[in-house]
Amino acid sequence: MNEPDLVQLLTPDGERVDHPDYSPRVQHLDAAALRGLYRDMLLMRRFDTEATALQRQGELGLFAPALGQEAAQVGSARALAPQDFVFPAYREHGVVQVRGVDMVDVLRLFRGVDHGGWDPTEHNVHSYTLVIGSQTLHATGYAMGVQRDGLVGTGDPDRDTAVVTYFGDGATSQGDTNEALVFAAVNNAPLVLFCQNNQWAISEPTSRQTAVPIADRGKGFGVPGVRVDGNDVLACYAVTAEALERARSGGGPTLIEAYTYRMGAHTTSDDPSRYRTSAEEEHWRRRDPIDRLRAYLEARGELSEEYVAELAREADALGVRLRDAVHAMDAPASSSMFDDVYATPHGVVADERAWFTEYEASLTAPVAGRGHGETR
Amino acid sequence: MSAMTMTRQQPTTDAAQSPAATERLTLARAINRGLRAAMEADPSVMLMGEDIGALGGVFRVTDGLLDDFGDSRVVDTPLAESGIVGTAIGLALRGYRPVCEIQFDGFVFPAFDQITTQLAKMHYRSRGRLTLPVVIRIPYGGGIGAVEHHSESPEVLFAHTAGLRVVTPATAADAFTMIQEAIASPDPVIFFEPKGRYWDKGDVPVGRPYGSTAGGLDTAQVVRAGTDLTLVAYGPTVATALKAAETAAAEGTSIEVVDLRAISPLDTATVAESVRRTGRCVVVHEAPVLYGAGAEVAARITEACFYHLSAPVLRVGGFHTPYPVARVEHDYLPSVDRVLDAVDRAIAF
Repeated sequence: MNEPDLVQLLTPDGERVDHPDYSPRVQHLDAAALRGLYRDMLLMRRFDTEATALQRQGELGLFAPALGQEAAQVGSARALAPQDFVFPAYREHGVVQVRGVDMVDVLRLFRGVDHGGWDPTEHNVHSYTLVIGSQTLHATGYAMGVQRDGLVGTGDPDRDTAVVTYFGDGATSQGDTNEALVFAAVNNAPLVLFCQNNQWAISEPTSRQTAVPIADRGKGFGVPGVRVDGNDVLACYAVTAEALERARSGGGPTLIEAYTYRMGAHTTSDDPSRYRTSAEEEHWRRRDPIDRLRAYLEARGELSEEYVAELAREADALGVRLRDAVHAMDAPASSSMFDDVYATPHGVVADERAWFTEYEASLTAPVAGRGHGETR
Repeated sequence: MSAMTMTRQQPTTDAAQSPAATERLTLARAINRGLRAAMEADPSVMLMGEDIGALGGVFRVTDGLLDDFGDSRVVDTPLAESGIVGTAIGLALRGYRPVCEIQFDGFVFPAFDQITTQLAKMHYRSRGRLTLPVVIRIPYGGGIGAVEHHSESPEVLFAHTAGLRVVTPATAADAFTMIQEAIASPDPVIFFEPKGRYWDKGDVPVGRPYGSTAGGLDTAQVVRAGTDLTLVAYGPTVATALKAAETAAAEGTSIEVVDLRAISPLDTATVAESVRRTGRCVVVHEAPVLYGAGAEVAARITEACFYHLSAPVLRVGGFHTPYPVARVEHDYLPSVDRVLDAVDRAIAF
């Protein structure tokens, strides 16, 4: 099969290469901005390490590491404007972090104290969606709403709005993702479909999901597709910036395939040694997204010892804060399970809550409580 | 966006009519008028579905609305039910109030995932931060001589899912008011329309302003008073129950008929109040009896009224078969005779 061109601006060795279409998209990023991307990726990796450790210590029920996907997530998310809206899957810790969500809140789901964790309207990032591909349709509908609000193609960069949805290679097999491409295309919706092809859907390689490169599949829907080196933070920034501009200006949706690698397990319950080789893992370890930006910055003398030390302190502080916060996350009251099932009162839920409250009280009351039901 | 028109024409109906005004309309037309009233009152209300625009829907329920409200508010969607509901969720998150039409009951299943895993749970998942005011209209039920997948009654599949309200009108008047209440509700509502009754006419309170409280979406109603037995029905079987009551009355049996109107929540109190007076209860629906709404009514009435019952709660409904071919559907559907048979058994118990 003919592999599509891989957009790359930074080689695995940290050498800057030019691309006729995409180099202009990163020209304005000065050394401070590049250090910012480095910081984002480093903190994201620290979050990953801490959360994995917390799961191993029994403090989290589960965790889904994003190790290796730092460039794809940070690069794309840094291209967003504040008014843009994000619909992630469930491994987008770097995206959520860049949007400004408190990373403590991300762990509520994995701790088992909350199904969501943060207010989606506060940072314009929706909660994680666990059913594969479902969020692509929510993003498409949201983008159709943005169109109806008249916030596409106004020419005002502070108002024009795009929507981004994240999903993986496995999700490209789902009907919902394909329907999202159809709906987005026929509505010319201001949407960026950002697929992180991390090569593995749990144990199934991408070859079990698609017979053609994922980026090529956009064409059949009338959606431009681009494949980017997902471990190159600059290239991910550039292709996302271009797709966002197309969306905001009324040019319609774009499918981005960020070609990357899930360096860790699918989740802490997974065992990748059962389905992939250590040679493959080593191959990708040499393409580590953080290493290549570090190499680039160091070669240019833009990564001072002071900055590196300061960043290490910041990462340590994040670790302490995450650990302390998770330890302090108590289970909610059991009766809270009846909260917010409906926005308006629902008789059955109200009755069951009342029964449960009475039952709970009966367990501690000196005289056993009366059962419910008709009395003679 | 260029193809979209934001037309806001004046309503074709007489908006100045008095609040007490009524018109005699078919149930289908009553829903159309209810949709129109909601769209006139609230610019965030929009319709989505297959063939709902120029065609006006295969049952013409959305007839004329494209012309009056434009194609950004009356959206002919791609032929993909999950896509319809999934994008409706996104539109709701952006502040719109989408009303989705699923063309036939048997075609809702591609959307079942979006409805049950996303639409029903997003308010809960967000701890109440997000609301999903989405209505999903589903023509349901049989008796129209249709081919496979066009006559089913899947209401309990949705009622079993917390987070959804499941309602069904039995009359044109209720169709008009309930569709507006469903649209105004901040909760997702699965709105089952008895397609076999689409052309039944009734007096409709067309002057009632949008947003005024009518019967509510969570209350059953006693639609015929009686003393010997309570017949519980909803949607298409309410008319069947009323006919059965009429026939029984001629034979000296006084039957009370309760129209549930809502499957979720289930208004057990209204049914129980009736059964405590009559002592007997028969539930009638088109859906299969096994695990049907009648099973839930029977269980709850047994718990609530055990010592008032003179007979077990009986159920009349579809069989545990796929919906049969059209030429035999009359024997699958709960007929007046089968309802009266159950009435006789309950009284003879």
